[in-house]
Amino acid sequence: MPRVTELTINGTRRPIDAEPDVPLLTVLRDHLDLTGSKYGCGEGQCGACTVLLDGQPVRSCILPVRAAAGKRITTIEGIHHPLQDAFVEEGAMQCGYCTSGMIVSGVALLNKTPHPSRDEIVRHMNGNVCRCGTYLRIVAAIQKTAQHA
Amino acid sequence: MPEAPAQIELERYELTAPPAYRFAVDRRDFIGLLGGGLLVVFSAGGQESGRGRRGEAAPQDLDAWLHIGEDGAVSIYTGKTEVGQNIRTSLSQAAAEELHCPLASIKLVMADTALTPYDMGTFGSRTTPTMAPQVRRAAATAREALLDLAAEKWQVDRAMLSIADGRIACSGVAGGAGASTMGFGELTKGGKLTATIARDVPLARPLSQSAPKLAAREFVTGQHKYTPDLTRPGMLYGRVLRPPEFGATLTNLDAPALPGVTIVHEKNFVGVAAPDAQAAAAAIRQLKAEWKREPVPPGAVSGPKLYEYLKQTAEPGEGDTHESADAAKAVAEGMAAADIKLQGAYTVAYIAHAPLEPRAALAEWDGGKLTVRTGSQVPFGVRTELASSFGIPEDRIRVIVPDTGSAYGGKHSGECAVEAARLAKAAGKPVKLVWTREEEFTWAYFRPAGLIEISSGVREHGADAGAITAWECHNYNSGGSGLVSKYDIPKQRNVFHPANSPLRQGSYRGLAATANHFAREVHIDELAHALKMDPLEFRLKNLKDARLRAVLQAAAERFGWGNGQDKGIGISCGFEKNGYIATCAQVEVEDKRIRILRVVEAFDCGAVVNPDHLKNQIQGAISMAIGGALFEQMRFGDGQILNPRFSQYRVPRFSDMPEIEVVLVDRPDLPSAGAGETPIVGLAPAVANAVFHLNGTRLRSLPLEL
Repeated sequence: MPRVTELTINGTRRPIDAEPDVPLLTVLRDHLDLTGSKYGCGEGQCGACTVLLDGQPVRSCILPVRAAAGKRITTIEGIHHPLQDAFVEEGAMQCGYCTSGMIVSGVALLNKTPHPSRDEIVRHMNGNVCRCGTYLRIVAAIQKTAQHA
Repeated sequence: MPEAPAQIELERYELTAPPAYRFAVDRRDFIGLLGGGLLVVFSAGGQESGRGRRGEAAPQDLDAWLHIGEDGAVSIYTGKTEVGQNIRTSLSQAAAEELHCPLASIKLVMADTALTPYDMGTFGSRTTPTMAPQVRRAAATAREALLDLAAEKWQVDRAMLSIADGRIACSGVAGGAGASTMGFGELTKGGKLTATIARDVPLARPLSQSAPKLAAREFVTGQHKYTPDLTRPGMLYGRVLRPPEFGATLTNLDAPALPGVTIVHEKNFVGVAAPDAQAAAAAIRQLKAEWKREPVPPGAVSGPKLYEYLKQTAEPGEGDTHESADAAKAVAEGMAAADIKLQGAYTVAYIAHAPLEPRAALAEWDGGKLTVRTGSQVPFGVRTELASSFGIPEDRIRVIVPDTGSAYGGKHSGECAVEAARLAKAAGKPVKLVWTREEEFTWAYFRPAGLIEISSGVREHGADAGAITAWECHNYNSGGSGLVSKYDIPKQRNVFHPANSPLRQGSYRGLAATANHFAREVHIDELAHALKMDPLEFRLKNLKDARLRAVLQAAAERFGWGNGQDKGIGISCGFEKNGYIATCAQVEVEDKRIRILRVVEAFDCGAVVNPDHLKNQIQGAISMAIGGALFEQMRFGDGQILNPRFSQYRVPRFSDMPEIEVVLVDRPDLPSAGAGETPIVGLAPAVANAVFHLNGTRLRSLPLEL
């Protein structure tokens, strides 16, 4: 399998040189210094590494970079969304390590479902772990953003 | 013996003994570093720098320095670390309130051993009760010095001066309006002033104001740099070869030569440093190591055998606090007076902190000097570990802790920093080492497992029906904090027995208070049911403490306790680290799965500093507590952790969240206690009691399983 030489990230084509099976997260963080996406588990269980691939949320820690080639990748660095303000206003974080992934997942939800029910929020967000336990505030931030949409 | 339970924990469970000597940074160096302006420093009894402070009466975590630059910028230096508890915000609030300046004009420099005063560490819920008042004293001292300077400059009486919005105003200065106020910088410019923190300086009461997390935008945009996000020029990526089992020793290593890869093999340590993470992981896979395994003790297995083993290996507990020669006799007398006697054995499993940011360190040598950036609660402790590991003086080591992706008591040790520094030393380049999740789950340390046995007696008849007459409690291994309750029990005995822990154990949010409250509050519920008394009424019957009664009543009222309609409800209460807590919970059970529907928690930690952040801590503690109550436990055997992944170790998620209501019982007349830990202790017993209320099944082990 050939090396991956280019990715489209946050609307910009970025030259890279990576083995095809390297996780996308590694390329983002170590090759391109886009460190907003976090390593939390390496098995797609915590959601801290979540990015959008053609608008769909994916766990970049288990996605081989070849699967992202030719697609639109959106990382937290490319997100400018009212949900970010709502997180600040609702105090929806403590240590903040999960926050990037939470916001990327939340934006994916709101893009697809502008007015999600509480159950829809819980189902959609359930793959993202906040060990500090700010879940209810994150739900409130998503609901607040939906109300103002 | 120290009286404060927190001290007992520190002695028992700190993994690293504190350094034998502690020398302050030379103040002249510090002043040189900062330039002119006004510097406020702490002075322990007028003592100058250069002398050890260990063993003196002054606590070791009281130091904070404040500097107002010639441009008026206010900087506060504290060795405390920000790990999500939002003390960067609350300490800045404390300073801004005393200096009467905007919050945004305060810069908090935290946890950098080259810049901040020595600090024992950020744990034990001590920042708010000890560091915040010290920051207040430093800021108030600066305020008084600024007022003195202004009075001198204007040649007026100090009574004519006021301070607001970061400016000093004078009511009687002639000239235009512009001349009648001055910023801090106009007063400190050209000065080289040093003031010593005044112990008796008048302090304002906390304003009890919510302020958003400082620099919150950096977190919602992904810009904040945690340790794993940092890089240095020429940096390599580290990886460590772990033994296949705890206690195994390396007997042989075959290491192929790999271009660009540094391999370090020293005693039991094997690690690599490579140009990228993939190459480091590949290099580890190519190492051929032979290990000698050690026999595993029979009780070193999760499950019932563990608790037998802990009891078998327990020390008598003689010499512990709360134990006296007459205690056993007194309890026997109390038992003789009882109409109903109960015994219960309660267990808690080992659990992991599982901070979402795993242990990480970036180490860099410059000649004989070492700089390590690492996520830690104890930057100065890590410096000591590095000094001892490399045999170099502490003054050649700088440890910097970026605001860190949580810790919960789990980041009190410096092994990751030592490993990164060892690799960097061999490679001659900076090395970053980020533990994998599996390493974090296996090679960190755990909240102690424990067995708690309680015997008690109550009066069923007579004028004192419902009174607890005797109480005897033995905690094996999990710890002494929260062991003694506020219940008015005339004859009682509470003993903590250290035991041989098969797993490496250490601090944890709330530590043993969670286990001791679980055992006690479930046992209290059992007594109430034996007496056919309402569990709330039974608690109030045996409690005189006004603050504990107040939180119990506040929680019960908000919850609607005692309406007689609800199914599956439970209650608990407790006291720890000067915080008073009461928790009510409602549960349902479906297919043997316990689901928590609703939680009401009332909390009194004295004067409230920042109500929204306090609520956030309480909600977070309750959410985290759900894990220990319902799912979390380390499974282990044969010297291995059997569930070192999030896919195997269940943590609370969105779908586990009940409705949570927090009732703050504000006591502005009392000093503020810390709030990061105590709110975690009430949930598990309230839930266990609610399950009994629902279906009559009495659960005595954490995690609760039907």
